[in-house]
Amino acid sequence: MEDRGYTFVEHEKPLRYEEGDLTVTRGSAWTGPGCHLGCGVLMYTDEDGRLVKVEGDRENPFNQGRLCARCLALPEVVNHENRLTHPMKRAREMRGKDAWERISWDEAFDLIADTFLALRDQYGPECVTFWQGTGRDIAPWITRLAWSYGSPNYTVALSGTACYAPRIAGCRVSSGAFWLGDYSQQFADRYDNPEWNVPGMILIWGNNPVVSNSDGLYGHWVTDCMKRGSKIIVVDPKRTWLASKSEVFLQLRPGTDAALAMGMLNVMIEEGIYDKDFVDCWCYGFDELAERVSAFTPEKVESITWVPADKIRAAARAFAAADGAIVQWGVAVDMTKETLPAGQAISALFEITGNVDVPGGMIAPPSILYYAAGWGRELIPEEIRQQKKIGNDVYPLFKAAMGPASTDETINTLETGKPYKLRAGWLQTTNPLACTGPDPKRTLAALDTLEFIVVVDLFMTPTAMALADVLLPACTFPERDGIRVGDGVQRGESINKVTTIGECKSDMEINLEMGKRFNADAWPWDTVEDMFTFILKDTGMTFPELQENAPAYLPFTYKKHEKGLIRADGKPGFETGTGRIELWSTLYSMVGLDPLPYFEEPMPGPISTPDAYETYPLVLTTGARQLGLFHSEHRQVPHLRAMHPDPVIEMNPATAARYGLEDGDWAWVENERGRAKRRVRTTNALDPRVCSTDHAWWRPEAPAALEDGLFDLWNMNINQLITWTPGKSGLGSNYKTLLCRVYKVREGE
Amino acid sequence: MTAFGILVDYEWCSGCRACEVACQMEHKLPVGRYGVVVAQLGPWQIEGDHWQHSFVPNFTDECDLCAARTEAGKLPTCVHHCQAAVLAYGPVEELARKLDEKPRQLLVRPR
Repeated sequence: MEDRGYTFVEHEKPLRYEEGDLTVTRGSAWTGPGCHLGCGVLMYTDEDGRLVKVEGDRENPFNQGRLCARCLALPEVVNHENRLTHPMKRAREMRGKDAWERISWDEAFDLIADTFLALRDQYGPECVTFWQGTGRDIAPWITRLAWSYGSPNYTVALSGTACYAPRIAGCRVSSGAFWLGDYSQQFADRYDNPEWNVPGMILIWGNNPVVSNSDGLYGHWVTDCMKRGSKIIVVDPKRTWLASKSEVFLQLRPGTDAALAMGMLNVMIEEGIYDKDFVDCWCYGFDELAERVSAFTPEKVESITWVPADKIRAAARAFAAADGAIVQWGVAVDMTKETLPAGQAISALFEITGNVDVPGGMIAPPSILYYAAGWGRELIPEEIRQQKKIGNDVYPLFKAAMGPASTDETINTLETGKPYKLRAGWLQTTNPLACTGPDPKRTLAALDTLEFIVVVDLFMTPTAMALADVLLPACTFPERDGIRVGDGVQRGESINKVTTIGECKSDMEINLEMGKRFNADAWPWDTVEDMFTFILKDTGMTFPELQENAPAYLPFTYKKHEKGLIRADGKPGFETGTGRIELWSTLYSMVGLDPLPYFEEPMPGPISTPDAYETYPLVLTTGARQLGLFHSEHRQVPHLRAMHPDPVIEMNPATAARYGLEDGDWAWVENERGRAKRRVRTTNALDPRVCSTDHAWWRPEAPAALEDGLFDLWNMNINQLITWTPGKSGLGSNYKTLLCRVYKVREGE
Repeated sequence: MTAFGILVDYEWCSGCRACEVACQMEHKLPVGRYGVVVAQLGPWQIEGDHWQHSFVPNFTDECDLCAARTEAGKLPTCVHHCQAAVLAYGPVEELARKLDEKPRQLLVRPR
């Protein structure tokens, strides 16, 4: 193993060891099932190779032995009797019916290859659309599969690519880097590292880290830091537990994030409490930003956001005064329709206060490998990507800067056949009908126009039942090997196979074998292990060496912009057109977008659509995360489902009383587009004008067939109230800001 | 014999319920049976920005303080996995002294 300056953790025991009657294997966790954090786990298998227990690995600095309920209950997922265990096919005219025929892997691969290759010959490779879900270990492999087949139309299954991508894209556009809170996660010795400082302030914006654990953040790092002295400000429509522990709680109206951030910027600039030296040296467009936010006085912002002006001032002052301040932002920012200007305003908070690449502030994470946005871009000619990728003609930003196709435009293309007809779909690790897709009936009809659909998943889902012609069973992470470089701050981790279920194959095995049939030159490896070793060549480690030695930490240094360590040309500054952090974005200007942050009233809303507000008098936000459940997963897992057995709508007791509802009642949540059933939970945590519900519900125990209700999908799925409507850039969508009315479900409904 | 217990720093319990599931898995408890259950107290407004809003783990008669684990030199599984790191296992006498150090703590001796 070559020395590349990585720091390793001392292991008391080998990768595999015996403990009593059981074998213990060290590894890293990566959905599916569960989230995409990569906690260190110890997996216990019995003499039959069955996974019987999972514990947190106390040697792993990431989670330090801790685990959430989802990993603890992992054996119930892995060994579940309803796992898909062998490939199946079904005639296209039988879609939606429980009419599957078991087939061998060879037959499945041959059937798919014959069909896809014939379509490619007849219509061109762009006629196949490749869909993925959230960050299951999938992006490198599915992009390579799509691009080696020749199609530029790989996409993620939600409107406006509204999960993480807008925040990353926005950061990269304005500063050439991505920024994360510094919780010492880049250091193997963590909180004891002498270079690190405890953040003075953590501004938690649109996420609930102790529940959701998203985007490379182990949520309880926030409480770790609070115990060490960090203060917090919370921006959320709901008074979370963290909000009750905050210095300032900004309980905003959903979807008004941009206005709130601009109000805070207004205070900082008016009061001169930003970092003038940093702005002078490293920022571009400050005067324009100052002018833009000058109208956003705290009083005006109060009228927009429902947050009292004095709290906006207090939050701005506390954030600006902190020694090291983090913006801990979440998916709520992405799921706002005008997400880019909102994210731009929120980033400006840490940018103009100089919390850039400093201890306990925001850091530009080092990358071991940058393939999360796609692997094998060179396999597809740039002119094909430019000319054929769906959405490029509508959204210049997608043409200029985005890897995936626009999913919203893909839906339009499926319906209209314009600019060309899509013929086949490859849906891997995605459940758009139950989870991510707005307007699921429209989504179903659009996808149903495809002549041939392959679905890859762990369990039967509403999407697979309604649409798959071929259904391939995928491994959970204890059933496969893999590389876990991580989102957020990367570190070298491996996913290690300890058990086998049926004939399941890992996603990357499926993609390797499928890819060989599409384009053998692009997939020259005999095994996935060879493929991993190839990818790892820059690290100086083979895959087995990574397995033995993980986790591996990269060298890290602060203030890289001062040392010429961010720009490709080695000069000081940032990787942007101006070399500075662009508060006024040259790239947005170039692609016809407003170069400065702006606020647009959420639509629908109490202000933008007052007539609708009379009929639907509550503001509804969706996607509240629940302990034990990851998106549409885990509904069939007994101990996790028991933690949250039903979809819930939370509302103030006064709101419930106004509509004749009591805690525990079933209610319909309805707008002009449709309705979904929810169990009422009353709580003082919400403003009486706002209610909040969880997403991605279906009931695996309900009848499966489309004609029998598709696992009760049409009663459960809150996305029936949502439309495919991205922001002006093509990024962002409106999952978080709806209007609704609520009324009791009648007996028999 | 020395009595052992668990000290709960419930100021920082986030209510993640990892303890509940860790215990159910370790002791093979079916759905609906627990060695530890997290109770939610609040939220309600006390005055101004001061709200009652806390979580407190409660230990049941099913809790044997993970006797098999502690005999093997491991921590009780709830203590090992507690995400907010608010559980400490040890001799009751030692833990009792730590009660002096800060408010919002609870010392339990399930057996």
